[in-house]
Amino acid sequence: MSVFVPTSLDDALAALAESPDATVLAGGTDLMVEFNGGHRRADHVVVVNRVPELRTWQHDGARLRLGAGVTYAEIEREPIAAWVPALAQAARTVGSPQIRHAATIGGNVGTCSPAGDGLPVLAALDAEIELVAADGLRTVRFADFMLGPKRTVRRPGELISAITVPVADGYQGYSKVGVRNAMVIATASVAIAVQHGRVANAHGSVGPTNLRCPEAEALATSRADMGTGHLSAEVIAECSELVRAASRPIDDHRSSAAYRRHAVGVLAGRQLRRAFPHE
Amino acid sequence: MSEIYSLYVNGVRRDVRDAWVGESLLFVLRERLGLMGSKGACEQGECGSCSVMVDGELVCSCLVLAAGAVGQPIVTIEGIAPEGAPSDVQQAFVTAGAVQCGFCTPGLIMATHALLERSPDPTEFEIREELSGNICRCTGYGRIIDAVQRVAVARRADGDAS
Repeated sequence: MSVFVPTSLDDALAALAESPDATVLAGGTDLMVEFNGGHRRADHVVVVNRVPELRTWQHDGARLRLGAGVTYAEIEREPIAAWVPALAQAARTVGSPQIRHAATIGGNVGTCSPAGDGLPVLAALDAEIELVAADGLRTVRFADFMLGPKRTVRRPGELISAITVPVADGYQGYSKVGVRNAMVIATASVAIAVQHGRVANAHGSVGPTNLRCPEAEALATSRADMGTGHLSAEVIAECSELVRAASRPIDDHRSSAAYRRHAVGVLAGRQLRRAFPHE
Repeated sequence: MSEIYSLYVNGVRRDVRDAWVGESLLFVLRERLGLMGSKGACEQGECGSCSVMVDGELVCSCLVLAAGAVGQPIVTIEGIAPEGAPSDVQQAFVTAGAVQCGFCTPGLIMATHALLERSPDPTEFEIREELSGNICRCTGYGRIIDAVQRVAVARRADGDAS
C-alpha cells in the first residue's frame, strides 16, 4: 500500500491519473472504519484533505460552491449556515464534534450512503456535483450522480471537487430520527427547501437512493400560501402519506422497513408544519 | 510494505519505522510510539476515547490515517501538561469526581480543552452537545459537566483578577 498526500489540486489529479483506481481519502471518517476493521484494502491511497483548492467556498449571491474538502464543522457554522440552513442542520447531526472536524461534504457525497446526512439536502436542492480529472471537468446533477447505495457515476481517475447549491430564499429544514440524538446514523431523514415559491423535499435511509417525492412537492406547492405561510393540516397529512407511500425502505440491523416508512412520513409532516406554521 | 515517515507529536519529531502505512494514528501513537494515553475502544469514531488534536482540530485518532498526518502538529493527552503538574481541566476532573474507571478520561480532557478554547463560558446545553462524542459508562456525565463548569468559572475569576 502507498499513501500520497498532495498539497495542490494539480498534484492530486496527477496522482489519480497515474493510479486511476487509487482510493481517495478525505476526512477518513468512513474509510478508516473499513481499514481498521479489515473490511477494505487499498493498493494506493490519495489523501486529499490538505488540498487548499478543495477547502474553499465561493458565494455569488445566488449560488454557493462548496469545495469538496469543506468540513461539516465549517458547514454547521456561519457564514455557510445562513446560506444553506438545511445543510447546516444536517451537518449538526453528523456524528460528533470530532467527526465533524474531519468529515467533508465531498467525502459524504463520495461514500454516497443513502443514510449520509448531507445527501437528502443535496437532493432537495438539486445540487450539482463537480467532477474533475487530469483531462477535464464535468458537472452532474445529484439525482444523476447517485446510482444506488454507495454507487455513483464517478469514474476512475476522477475527483469530486465541489458541490454547488442555490442559496436559500425561503424555509429550509432537516429532520432525522435515530436511536439517540448524538453520534447516530439516520434511521430516516427528511430535508425540505422552499425555493422560488416551490416546495422540494427529499429523504434519507428509506430507499437505495435519496429520492424526492414529486407528488408531495407538487401538492404542497399548489396548496400552500407562500406569502402568509398557510398550509392546511389536511394537505400536510396528505403529503405525509404520499412520502410514506413513495419510500422504499428495507429491514436491516438498524431498523425495520415498517418503522422507517412510518418515521419518514412523520418527519415530512413535521418539516411542512415548520415551513408553513399557519393552518 | 513499509517505509519511514515522521510525525510531530507534542512538539517532538517522532520517526515511525517499519510500519504498515494503512495504520490509524491511534494505533501508531500507542503501538509504535508508546504513547498509551489515547485509548482505543470502538475503532470507528463512536466513543471519543482516542481524541487528539491534529492541526488544531479535535479529532478521533482512530479515524486519522497516520501516514496522512505527516507534518501536521499533533497534540495528545501526554502533551496537555507536564507529568505531575495537571492542567486546570485535569485537576477539575479530579476535584469534581468526574473520573471513575478513567478509560474515557483522556478523551474527555482533550475535548474539554478544545471546548473551552473555543467557548470559554459554555452553557450546560453547549457542554452536553460538544462532549456528545465522548462516551462515559460510569459517571452519568453529571460530574463531568460540573468539572467543565468549574474550569470555566475559575478561568473567568483569574481573568477578572488580572
